[in-house]
Amino acid sequence: MTFWQITVFLLNGFKLSCLIFCVTLLVGIPLGLPIAFCSMSRFKPLRTVSKVFVWIIRGVPLMLQIFIIYYVPGLVFNHQIFAQVDKFFFLNYGIEDAGRIFAVLIAFSINYACYFSEIYRGGIESISQGQYEAGQVLGMTRRQIFFRVVLLQVVKRIVPPMSNEIITLIKDTALANCITVAEVIWQAKKLAATQALIWPLFYTGVFYLLFVGGLTILLGRLEKKLAYFKS
Amino acid sequence: MSIVQFENVSKIYKSGDHELRALDHVDFALDEGKFVVILGPSGAGKSTLLNLLGGLDSPSEGKITVSGADISKLTDNELADYRASTVGFVFQFYNLIPTLTVFENVKLVSEISKNALDAKEMIAKVGLSDHLNNFPAELSGGEQQRISIARALCKNPKILLCDEPTGALDSETGVMVLKLLLEMARNYGKTIVIVTHNQNIAKMADEVIRVKNGKIREVIEQENPLSADEVEW
Repeated sequence: MTFWQITVFLLNGFKLSCLIFCVTLLVGIPLGLPIAFCSMSRFKPLRTVSKVFVWIIRGVPLMLQIFIIYYVPGLVFNHQIFAQVDKFFFLNYGIEDAGRIFAVLIAFSINYACYFSEIYRGGIESISQGQYEAGQVLGMTRRQIFFRVVLLQVVKRIVPPMSNEIITLIKDTALANCITVAEVIWQAKKLAATQALIWPLFYTGVFYLLFVGGLTILLGRLEKKLAYFKS
Repeated sequence: MSIVQFENVSKIYKSGDHELRALDHVDFALDEGKFVVILGPSGAGKSTLLNLLGGLDSPSEGKITVSGADISKLTDNELADYRASTVGFVFQFYNLIPTLTVFENVKLVSEISKNALDAKEMIAKVGLSDHLNNFPAELSGGEQQRISIARALCKNPKILLCDEPTGALDSETGVMVLKLLLEMARNYGKTIVIVTHNQNIAKMADEVIRVKNGKIREVIEQENPLSADEVEW
């Protein structure tokens, strides 16, 4: 295989890494918000449930969570939902591994939503009481105060910790290969097994590096964009 | 005619099995158009008094009447309406919204209150027309406080409530802010209530209410209050 062929082969895997990355953000970023609200709820049972949930999700390895989501429906309910999704997509659209990818997306989205929720909570709780009072004395409702006064200040404060998580996420996508989802490292391992080539495995690092480089620039720009106000 | 009436008002804060009586059977009345100073040391219950008057909190016991309406038993939404229409607030630390420009901060009021005054005009009245598009962090403390006065008066409230409005300012700036506050309140015919521990500010008031340990110690009518220029600290 030529260098170019290997690059394309790995790139095919990296597309899947990017898919996991994008979907996790698309689902996890909004899903973190209701979890954060539950964790801050004045209703104690809800708060407790939410905190225990976050504890479990953050306390168990993501790889294990992928295994659990993928295998438990079949083991416990005798209903191999992901295998069926696999089969359905393969027969109808010729897409491989759809069920496994689906399981990975669920595990990643929930896991990252929990991490995000704690970042949101920290951001929201860091806004001074005076800002809530300012909104209140203007006659705003709680909802108006949150969306019109607090939210943008929270966004500014959470950009650095969120950037951290987002950068970690693209590298975590490699965990998907524990249920044989063909992301970039899985592709490289395939080359090692079939072509006896080990260097493509190291070469995958370049893909991550370039991606994180682009991401760093984008997130830096966002941070600059929000520098117009101090809070 | 009195615009505000407190009848046997108490406020009790509970934390666990511990009870704190921040206000203890308080009675007083405020006359319309007067400049009133509520004076007392930290922890005397001044801020609690102001929060009750401003509809930020409800009393545990007793009745509060503001221009004829009982506000002590309103729901959260009714209290929000009351705050939007009847009272203007000036805080010690200004509490401007950092994400909005000076103009947007004042303009926000007219999006919520029905009988709001013109935002640009109010900013001109506090002498900051040149800073319409600045963000609060780009202004000095005194300027920020002037904007917050513009914001409070833009609502066209009946009563202006100020919690240590000069507390974060040096004395010179403080006097300037007080002067502006009084001028504006008088021009627009507002009742103005300032909460402070600063005795000197009290010398300017038509009426001084001394608070200690959650009780009203005395109410002093001042025949000849000093003007802002005669006061310093």
